[in-house]
Amino acid sequence: MNRYTILVYTENFIGILNRITIIFTRRGINIDALTASESRLDGIHKITIEVTVTEEQIVHLTKQIEKVVDVIKAYCFTDNEVVYQEIALYKLPIDSLDPGVEKVIRQFNAHIIAAEKEFVVIEFTGHKEDTQALLEILKPFNLLEFSRSGRVAIAKPKFSVQEYLNNQT
Amino acid sequence: MIRGADIVVKSLIAENAEYIFGYPGGAIMPVYDALYDYSDQIKHVLTRHEQGAIHAAQGYARVSGKVGVVLATSGPGATNLITGLADAQIDSTPLVCITGQVAAHLLGTDAFQETDVVGLSMPGTKWNIQVRSVEEIAPAIAKAFHIAMTGRPGPVLVDITKNAQIEFGEFNYVPCLGIRSYRPYVRIDQKAIDAAATLINTAKKPYVLYGQGVVLASAEDQLKAFLDKTGIPAASTLLGSGALPQDHPSYVGKLGMHGNYAPNLLTNQCDVLIAVGMRFDDRVTGDLKRYAKQAKVIHLELDPSEIDKNVKCTVAVQGDCKVSLEMLTEAVLTNSHHDWMQKFRNLENEEKEAVIANDLHGTHGGLHMGEVIHLINKFKEEDAILVTDVGQHQMIAWRYFDYKKTRTQVTSGGLGTMGFALPAALGAQLYDYKKQVICVVGDGGIQMTIQEFGTIMQTKAPVKIVLLNNNYLGMVRQWQQLFFDKRYSFTELENPDFIKIAEAYRIKAKKVTERDDLEASVAEMILHQGAYFLEVVVEKEDNVFPMIATGCSVEEVRLS
Repeated sequence: MNRYTILVYTENFIGILNRITIIFTRRGINIDALTASESRLDGIHKITIEVTVTEEQIVHLTKQIEKVVDVIKAYCFTDNEVVYQEIALYKLPIDSLDPGVEKVIRQFNAHIIAAEKEFVVIEFTGHKEDTQALLEILKPFNLLEFSRSGRVAIAKPKFSVQEYLNNQT
Repeated sequence: MIRGADIVVKSLIAENAEYIFGYPGGAIMPVYDALYDYSDQIKHVLTRHEQGAIHAAQGYARVSGKVGVVLATSGPGATNLITGLADAQIDSTPLVCITGQVAAHLLGTDAFQETDVVGLSMPGTKWNIQVRSVEEIAPAIAKAFHIAMTGRPGPVLVDITKNAQIEFGEFNYVPCLGIRSYRPYVRIDQKAIDAAATLINTAKKPYVLYGQGVVLASAEDQLKAFLDKTGIPAASTLLGSGALPQDHPSYVGKLGMHGNYAPNLLTNQCDVLIAVGMRFDDRVTGDLKRYAKQAKVIHLELDPSEIDKNVKCTVAVQGDCKVSLEMLTEAVLTNSHHDWMQKFRNLENEEKEAVIANDLHGTHGGLHMGEVIHLINKFKEEDAILVTDVGQHQMIAWRYFDYKKTRTQVTSGGLGTMGFALPAALGAQLYDYKKQVICVVGDGGIQMTIQEFGTIMQTKAPVKIVLLNNNYLGMVRQWQQLFFDKRYSFTELENPDFIKIAEAYRIKAKKVTERDDLEASVAEMILHQGAYFLEVVVEKEDNVFPMIATGCSVEEVRLS
């Protein structure tokens, strides 16, 4: 089993996410993380799926995703073939802030992005291992809440959805 | 400006739909109201259940090569389509199903007869859409027909809210010619053709397996030309039957769990396996770990997700097999494989002695299902269509029916839907009243959709229905005998008087229990002008052989 990132370019069509996720459900495969957003191309959405499967499975899954009528193109990559990042937010009570916290924020190059009367929110981006490491450190400081995004990724190999779309007419 | 409901009907007419199979209800009533005005341009068949409607549309689509059209209401009307959608999806049958839906402002409120049809039908459709306003109707239907029919065909569902049916809009039908995210056909790679040709030219024991893909691509002539030139033995899958006439010199029989002896056994002896428009279903391959491991595999296939799915191939030829077969025929050398072919013929004789002789020419004891099919062959037209349900009768009818023409095989292959045959036969018959449509069913399956006798009565479709009655769910009983120590758990049926039921629907009916009466009765049925119901009481505990048991390899095919 390896960790893969599937990048899916789709039409902006109601239900498309469901059509993609049921491909995993049917095969009893758990999606590790998923993010969906507009791509840089007008009207085209980009879905990033992180999944831990065998090489055989990832090829099969990618083909099944690409078979969906409203999917323009799906590409799969190993972790080495993508640059990826995840964002994490940590909410700490004001009264637990002490020099220890300041040291950690400096070490990790994290940011305080909001300060309210009762709490602060620290933001940190990195790989899951990194955001997890900060989480473990902050837990003893009465961490109130934690939230982590799915990965966003850019592929290292060259490909162009725009070119693909241009070629067909 | 016309009503959305009129746009629905006019769009179907614009797509040259000949029949709508359907059932009315609250959320689709505006469309039904509109249909009233177009009965001279499009025919509607009122079935007795929505499942009957969709199976009828499947039967129609399979024999015609056209899209089958289904109309149903929201909620239960739509959920009753689910089995047919799943069936059409796995057997690649083009359908456009239109369902009514509650008005848009009621969506998500648990309104009367509201159900999430788009969500429910998603895994069983190639594409689906909900239409909530009048201007979306015609483009959605145009797209639906395009998607259903192109590439690997499949069922599509368009869910139309009631407000959209009532609103007024302009009708300007533009057929869909392409969708940018959907490119079903690719240019065939000449390098792959050349690589395949080299393998074929140097093969000592090449072997062709063909499936329904040949029929869907209308590539029957191309398959025949390829086989004529190369002299390679060829075997059919369940749904491929009919793509090649069975008297063609290359034809060696049928594949799969209850297929023929030689085609299964010799799969593990060939050196080059050429799969055309088939998907290596588990019922064909048996244990994949021991399937054709000695062979180089060439796969001619339109759907890229089927390539390397079950069997890894040496050469993949992706694309429409009508084109790839033609290119391949061009590239290969004229050849013959007499000795290799003889191996098939020798094993065929073994099967004849061990199984077929007794199946077709019983002399004592109860009637065998095979005897009935044998007699049907004797009297049927060359282009007669065989529609079967699911179970022992299906396997026996398929094994012994003499397929001469394409699109004469209608059965539920991938999903194995009991209750499929009766409505599917009706749909097949409506495509052409003059063709012989012979519907072979078991006593279990017929009772799942027996209400469609009513539709046969109302449409006067001259379907010939042959009930092979063994008072058992025979295939399950066979498995119980072979693999569950004869513990016949809930497989014996206490059946009604089927003759009375058929006669109640004004269908001419006859029951045969004796061998001596069989031939005359089959002849009478086939020659009868209208619908005919023939019940044949067969041996209670007959088994279907050859058989490849679950988990076994194709070479472990057993004759008894």
